[in-house]
Amino acid sequence: MNTALPQIPDYLRILPEIVLALFGMIIMLIDPFLDERRNQKTLGAIGLVGALVAIASTFCMAKQPGAGFWGMVHVDSFSVFFHFLVTAVTALVILSSYEYMQVQQIQAGEYYALVLFGALGMCLMSSAVELVLIFIALEISSISTYILAGFRRRAAVSSEASVKYFLLGSFATAFFLYGVALMFGATGSTSIEIIGQKLQEGPVSVLAYAALALMFVGLGFKVAAAPFHVWTPDVYEGAPAPVVGFMSTAPKAAVFAVLLRIIFEAHAPGALWLIWIAAVLSMTIGNIAALVQTNVKRLLAYSSIAHAGYTLVAYAALPANGIPSAMFYAASYAAMNVGAFAIISHFAGAGERYVTVEDYSGLGQRSPVLAATLTVFLLSLIGIPMTGGFFAKFYVFSAALQNHLTGLVIIGVLNSAIGAYYYLRIIVAMYMREPQVETEVAPISFSLGSAIAISVIATLYLGILPGRVLEFASRSAADLVR
Amino acid sequence: MNLTALHSWILTLVTFTPLAGALLLLLSPRRDREIRWFALGISILTFVLSLHLIVHFDAAKKTGFNFELDRAWIPTPNIHYHLGVDGVSMWLVVLTTFLTPLCVLISWKSIHDRVKEFFIILLVLETALIGVFVALDLFLFYFFWEATLIPMALLIGMYGHGRKVYAAIKFFLYTMVASVFMLAAILWLYANTNPHTFDFVTIQNAIHSGQVPNFFAAAQWLFLGFFVAFAVKVPLFPFHTWLPDAHVEAPTAGSVLLAGVLLKMGTYGMLRFNLGLFPDQARANAWWVMVLALIGIIYGALVAMIQPNMKKLIAYSSISHLGFVVLGIFSFTPSGLNGATFVMLAHGISTGGLFMLAGILYERRHTYDIAEFGGLATPMPKYAAFFLFIVLASVGLPLLNGFIGEFLVLNGAFQARAVYGILGATGVIWAAGYLLWMYQRVFFGQVTNPINRMLPDLDLRERIALLPAAVVALVMGVTPFLWLNTIDPAVQTMLVPFTQVASRMVGQ
Repeated sequence: MNTALPQIPDYLRILPEIVLALFGMIIMLIDPFLDERRNQKTLGAIGLVGALVAIASTFCMAKQPGAGFWGMVHVDSFSVFFHFLVTAVTALVILSSYEYMQVQQIQAGEYYALVLFGALGMCLMSSAVELVLIFIALEISSISTYILAGFRRRAAVSSEASVKYFLLGSFATAFFLYGVALMFGATGSTSIEIIGQKLQEGPVSVLAYAALALMFVGLGFKVAAAPFHVWTPDVYEGAPAPVVGFMSTAPKAAVFAVLLRIIFEAHAPGALWLIWIAAVLSMTIGNIAALVQTNVKRLLAYSSIAHAGYTLVAYAALPANGIPSAMFYAASYAAMNVGAFAIISHFAGAGERYVTVEDYSGLGQRSPVLAATLTVFLLSLIGIPMTGGFFAKFYVFSAALQNHLTGLVIIGVLNSAIGAYYYLRIIVAMYMREPQVETEVAPISFSLGSAIAISVIATLYLGILPGRVLEFASRSAADLVR
Repeated sequence: MNLTALHSWILTLVTFTPLAGALLLLLSPRRDREIRWFALGISILTFVLSLHLIVHFDAAKKTGFNFELDRAWIPTPNIHYHLGVDGVSMWLVVLTTFLTPLCVLISWKSIHDRVKEFFIILLVLETALIGVFVALDLFLFYFFWEATLIPMALLIGMYGHGRKVYAAIKFFLYTMVASVFMLAAILWLYANTNPHTFDFVTIQNAIHSGQVPNFFAAAQWLFLGFFVAFAVKVPLFPFHTWLPDAHVEAPTAGSVLLAGVLLKMGTYGMLRFNLGLFPDQARANAWWVMVLALIGIIYGALVAMIQPNMKKLIAYSSISHLGFVVLGIFSFTPSGLNGATFVMLAHGISTGGLFMLAGILYERRHTYDIAEFGGLATPMPKYAAFFLFIVLASVGLPLLNGFIGEFLVLNGAFQARAVYGILGATGVIWAAGYLLWMYQRVFFGQVTNPINRMLPDLDLRERIALLPAAVVALVMGVTPFLWLNTIDPAVQTMLVPFTQVASRMVGQ
């Protein structure tokens, strides 16, 4: 191993992470010096600036492709893509949290710091090519989200969500770590590239299969894939709505990136069947359970399980099609889900009182703009043309079909038809039922409004002109499988 | 403007003018009166633009489509913005643009709540419907196909009456579930063409020249994938149960577009894709499709006979009429296909007219119950006259538009197999039965219900909305060749693979 000190390009390759860490620490340091009333505003602004600078530094990072820190991180268009995605989601979530924190009367500056630290871990996951570093990144991201899930301190459900997520999450990361250890035993390395070479060269030992299965359990938990999904509905129900928007998109995208590296770059053996089963279970369980939900957050939790299943379908395809379609899916899911949760967080009101489908009755009359934008996100989740969700599903299924996985595609397509029903229930409630709740919908603040607007634009952009994003993703795929 | 440039962009213009109008409406203030006029103006403008298609249509064109435009849209997957029409789809486009202004007129007063949203939805629906008929890229076709769903479901769910939410969801789920099978088939075709393409013409050529690997193993499933999506839309027995619900609860404009245009998406799809891409499978499956069509004709008519609800009666009559279209298509004869296309257009006009008439009565009495009426000819003579005219057109009286199409279809069915023709012909008799009986119960005799004595007759707006439908019904009946001259070449082109199949079979 080269023991020379890290050079400047090395630091540039983790510039977004450095930026996020710096801003996170600034928030922690300033927080005690601000009085309680003003700190929300200032700290939120600092957090937002941090996220924006991180987006900008992603472009700096992109100019330094190659391996850094003795082959621990690798900057390629693949990691740039996920850096951009994670930091953009972070910025949107901070924008949409600001009003929420005020309404819920949560005064905690470290909220924004935790969001930034979480983003740091997720960014690092997408460029790490070394299993131990991946584990550290995973922990950084997970621990932040454990705390964030419990941020509605006064609500018991929120604490429950946090504890449940923490206990089960630690359990899952232990599985991952165990898998890493076994993989080291099987191949003598923790570098994904070397593991890939070893696995391709000789006969694959039983140990490697076991390692892979264990790692898949750990990662499957993080993306809420069935059968490791049981925590999702409770945690999503309890956690603050903007946090759910965050943790259902950014960490998932990052873990999906790790999974892409492990499956395609390390040429994981026997992964197809793991993926096949997990994908079918996730889609089916997620969609069927969502049918009977009355709480919108729980409903979207099951929907997120189903969407993890759709994304996994891409992993069963060949790398040339599978990787770009999984990346596209992550991006479009992020756009629509962050947007949907931003609206839900606004509409929930103080104490998150209005979160059932019933409460959405007549929203089309009470707040036409909010209802129309939520409809766009829901249609995108269904997968209706002109929205990002449509192309996402489309690419995933056609990628699987090119690998002759007709059975998997048919199951997926049927599932997306089932899925239409429960999203539709919300739309129906908004437009076709009379209002139940008498209270006025509060006017939307500028920050939340811009977060929603950006999400809508992104969703529609991905649905009408998906070419450029997909092309970028295809190039990344070529980088990845070199 | 340069005429060739106009020719290649005219379809885009026709397709997206309503959408542009809808976007403008979205930004406009809520002034209901102006919004109505604006929507009327946009829909008439679209109609005028679509007349360009009729005037400059080149029926003699030997290969390809008219007004074709083919631009790359998305590089991977290889999706093209490929538009074009032949004699069949052009008339369906014109039917759509013709009916929409009438829908605007007929909704003038009956829609008084959320007016802006109503006309936005209506115009978006028009764009999606036109798009379905002009798309020549399978992806683009699916795109528009799905895009029709939401506005229609919203029209039913937001502006309907009674169990409107139930009807809207049923409509949405039925068609959505059915069309995912089509999506799977489309994806299969894309994955198995080399180079990968969604282009209809390229895929068609590849299939017919045997360049698609594994095609014969999958063809039956692909045929069914497309067929299920279309059969639900038509709706073919036994996939029809969503239709009466959707019709009865829909607002008048929704019913008019639903019966007039939306159902034709299904029959058009069969004509273009089931016949165009899978001629061998179409032939092999024709027997049961025709049996289903015959069941639809007779069953629809019998159920229509006993309906106490006027709108439901018209809805079931649609099932019966659309059975004729399917019967004609799967006879694979020029006469059958010409007739099927003609019935599609004629049914659009006359059933659209019937729904408008039913809607006018509903505006006055808020009921569709036939038993509530009787002797209406006395207080509403003009209304009764229009109604009679459209009923006769729908029944298939010679010199009105219903006759020609059904005659040609039955002629084609006879050529395919005599018993199909004989059974189909009974449908004409049934139609006369249920429609005239309904007419008699509603209009003849003494005014039984005293409320009806005071009903106002048609006003100017309503007459303006109804007159075009009546005139076109007459013109189509008297000079059908104006339509058939352009339909026939398209139909002959569609049938080329079938004559080849036949000669291949003889050769063996």
